[in-house]
Amino acid sequence: MLEVSNLACSRGDHRLFAGLSFALYPGQIMQVQGVNGSGKTSLLRTLCGFMMADEGEIRWEGENIQSLEEDYFADMLYLGHLNAIKDELSALENLRIAAGLSGRQLEEKDAIAALRRMGLKGRERLPTKVLSQGQRRRVALARLLVSDAKLWILDEPLTALDVGAVGLIQELIAEHLARSGMVIYTTHQPLQVDGVEMRSLSLS
Amino acid sequence: MKKSTMIDLLWVVTRRDLVLAMRRRADVLTTLIFFVMVVSLFPLGVGPEMDMLRKMAPGVLWVAALLSSMLSLGRLFSADHLDGTLEQMLLVPQSLSMLVLGKMIAHWMVAGLPLVLMAPVLGIQFDMSAEAIGVLILGLLLGTPILSMLGAIGAALTLGLRGGGVLLSLLVLPLCIPVLIFGTGAVDAVSSGLSVASHLSLLGAMLVLALVFTPWVTAQALRISME
Repeated sequence: MLEVSNLACSRGDHRLFAGLSFALYPGQIMQVQGVNGSGKTSLLRTLCGFMMADEGEIRWEGENIQSLEEDYFADMLYLGHLNAIKDELSALENLRIAAGLSGRQLEEKDAIAALRRMGLKGRERLPTKVLSQGQRRRVALARLLVSDAKLWILDEPLTALDVGAVGLIQELIAEHLARSGMVIYTTHQPLQVDGVEMRSLSLS
Repeated sequence: MKKSTMIDLLWVVTRRDLVLAMRRRADVLTTLIFFVMVVSLFPLGVGPEMDMLRKMAPGVLWVAALLSSMLSLGRLFSADHLDGTLEQMLLVPQSLSMLVLGKMIAHWMVAGLPLVLMAPVLGIQFDMSAEAIGVLILGLLLGTPILSMLGAIGAALTLGLRGGGVLLSLLVLPLCIPVLIFGTGAVDAVSSGLSVASHLSLLGAMLVLALVFTPWVTAQALRISME
């Protein structure tokens, strides 16, 4: 369970938000809404522990994430604006290294299966620099398939994706929630997961 | 899927950086060619006086090694910073210090080891004796990893800054002075028939000290830079 209490965050001298409190329970999904510059990404980055909050506390399973550190990182997966893939490496190598960094050893056949499900059949061994923007995003999103993290923090996961891929992401999120996972995300495109309550949090 | 340990992480990161370096060979070669060029310019500039060349050889080789390792330090974290990989690296569940150590090892193998291997050939240009070349290589073997490790701290601190390359050199070069002194001192000692043990053991001690502290310091510097 992720609990945020009385969180305040600022960029430079500009206060983005203050007094933010919410809790996210297993099986729940929450969208962070707000206009450009309202602090959606800053909130997600604070939840990852990249940024220090000005005030307030973030607790994971009842403990402050500052004191949990690595134990918290093992339970969460962050997908940012940037794809975090290397142009010189193939999709397969990228995915296996990403899994290695998140503390799991990924067999080649599992990695290939994940990439195929993301619609990258036949492109597993191509250097990612020859792939299109949408395909590169798919490589990055394939990490969702090979992760066993409980908490997914997704910053604009749907950018550059086509309709088919958006449907696939909705499917992945639904499966994750059914495994009593948690998702917190931002998006400017509609994302609908059937059978669960879509919570939302407005930053203004 | 198996959970991986810290050693697995070290292996994954080192191998990844080596593969990336092999796919961008130009970067590796520029460092090495820079080293060879700088060292070769001295005999041309100073003139063919053997005594003088022999005397200045260790200093020239060490300073050139120092400068060329500065060249490649800027790339240590900046490429990963630009494409978002560094964010994922900060979230490793094992240990960020271990990951940083992996990157340091890869950096040394790509930017430090080739210099060590090239040094004997360049030593001949300066008419160094076989004994002196041997000690020079030993010193470089102990010293260049320290340069990579100290440099990583600077690279982490100057991450994302404009003109970070120059600032990086200003930060790191003063820290490398002891390595330079003992590295060249060892070659001077063997040339004048003294024991080199003290110089080399001091270099060894510095290497061990750097191995223990720099990964942790670099990890903290990365966290500050990414805020």
